[in-house]
Amino acid sequence: MQHGKYRFIVGFLAAPLALYTLFVVWPFVQSIYYSFTDWTGLSPEFSMVGLDNYARLMDDDVFWKSLQHSLLFALLLPVVTIGLALFFAFMINVGGRPRRGAAVSGVRGSSFYKVAYFFPQVLSIAIVALLFQFAYNPESGAINSGLRAIGLGDVQPLWLGDPDLALWCVMAVLVWSTVGFFVVLFSAGMASIPRDFYEAALLDGASRVTTFFRITLPLLRDTIQSGWVYMGILALGAESFAVVQIMTTGPGGPDYSTTVLVLYVYQSAFRDGAAAYATTIGVALLIVTLAFAAAVMRLGRRERLEY
Amino acid sequence: MKTTETSPAGTAEPLHEMKAAPPGAGPGKGGGRGRGRVLNAFSHGVLVLWAFMVVMPLLWAVMTSFKDDNAIFSSPWALPDRLHFENWSRAWSQAHMSDYFLNTVLVVAGSLAGTLLLGSMAAYVLARFDFPGNRFLYFLFIGGMSFPIMLALVPLFFVMNNIQLLNTIHGLILVYIAYSLPFTVFFLTAFFRTLPTSVAEAALIDGASHTRTFFQVMLPMAKPGLISVGIFNFLGQWNQYMLPTVLNTEPEHKVLSQGLVQLAVSQGYKGDWSGLFAGLVMAMLPVLAAYVVFQRQVVAGLTAGALK
Repeated sequence: MQHGKYRFIVGFLAAPLALYTLFVVWPFVQSIYYSFTDWTGLSPEFSMVGLDNYARLMDDDVFWKSLQHSLLFALLLPVVTIGLALFFAFMINVGGRPRRGAAVSGVRGSSFYKVAYFFPQVLSIAIVALLFQFAYNPESGAINSGLRAIGLGDVQPLWLGDPDLALWCVMAVLVWSTVGFFVVLFSAGMASIPRDFYEAALLDGASRVTTFFRITLPLLRDTIQSGWVYMGILALGAESFAVVQIMTTGPGGPDYSTTVLVLYVYQSAFRDGAAAYATTIGVALLIVTLAFAAAVMRLGRRERLEY
Repeated sequence: MKTTETSPAGTAEPLHEMKAAPPGAGPGKGGGRGRGRVLNAFSHGVLVLWAFMVVMPLLWAVMTSFKDDNAIFSSPWALPDRLHFENWSRAWSQAHMSDYFLNTVLVVAGSLAGTLLLGSMAAYVLARFDFPGNRFLYFLFIGGMSFPIMLALVPLFFVMNNIQLLNTIHGLILVYIAYSLPFTVFFLTAFFRTLPTSVAEAALIDGASHTRTFFQVMLPMAKPGLISVGIFNFLGQWNQYMLPTVLNTEPEHKVLSQGLVQLAVSQGYKGDWSGLFAGLVMAMLPVLAAYVVFQRQVVAGLTAGALK
């Protein structure tokens, strides 16, 4: 029996573990090691250079710009996205016209809103990015011609071509595509809050704004927190890579105005032939990601509310 | 879809904001009803506005895919003069959309099957068996969820190159599986822990081997969990952009998202913007249609992890 058990365990874990180790764990370990070498990625030879890459990082303007933008992505995007989503979810669940026997009720058509808002979430981020790249086109894009149509012909920003605007345009696309997910997530959370809480509060004369801050928000704390981490990691990694790489010229925008860490890793490794330096930027990205997750976890640490 | 309580009369008038509010009690008297109505109008306004902002770009893309190139540039918001279906056929055959579709289907079918099989095997062992190193392996697996993938992709590119897996469909499948394992193992381990042990024990006593118990008893019982995590992985793998961009640069092996970007970069293959839009919509519609049909499962599958 015991013998059979261990053979079974080994048999079942061998394939997944081998795959995971070879393609995920081992490259991670290697990349940290490579960050101390001068490997170009073009030839197999390299030698150890100690902290040279890290020193170079300190003097690299593009790195600092990417870091700045990545931090903006990690901090501002979740705030805006989660804030908007909380607002919409509260409207959907509590903003309805009061009906018989219920202190709070959802708006009519709440299921429609939840379905529609979720649409962008199932689309590939690459497709979303392409779509908005057209929409932002200054000459013939949907946005500027829409502005012309409503009589704002003088307001014709260059959008992605304007170094001051490009980053915000890119971020808006991520907000657009992610809000729906959180609306649905928070709606589910809000639906599980007992209605009596709202009834009691409203009877005591609390306004709906007060019920939001005193009842809804504290009870959704855990959901918001995990959503926050999830969003931040996405905004630092895959999602921001796709939108910046696809949407902005360069890629990376006019004068590196939209470049982010993850894109800079990619460009250093596969365009500039600086594989070791790329892994160094990657290590910085790793540190930022872990620090972000730790900070959110720490800020959110608090007694669990039971109800 | 679950609607929040619709009153029996359907379009009933607003009655009382508060159940059994004692007359004259509380500051809500009289004003409560009016406030509710203002709030209602406000929330509808805001919600409709955002719904418009979400749906509009998608409708605009569909509309644009039926226009000719001139109309796309001269009047982006005008309706097409007629439905240019030739954009679609051109995109499908000449712009290789059919190839990209086939590649995506192959990669996702292979990696989804592999992810579910390997993920459930690992999760089952980690959830139900006690052995030295169990915790370590569990955290090793789920640790992958929080690391930036791009960091690993640089060395991974060279690992793949060395074992001749770069730019191949099966190489991409294996990588998708590996990068899907962290969440899959995390989710399914939690799921297997919730399943009753008695059934598996009964099967073992009846003489079934561990392997047989897993495939014939536990896996069928885990179906709801497999569906949830399957949908999550399906969408993630279908929409994947970063992994193929780095690891799969062979033009013939491109997947949908990559192929479309490639078309856009090369100016919509010889300036054919209408064809590019047709391709874009072609890639968009199947997922949207599937979402409309299965939206309950999709939402449950995608939000399952975040709610845990």
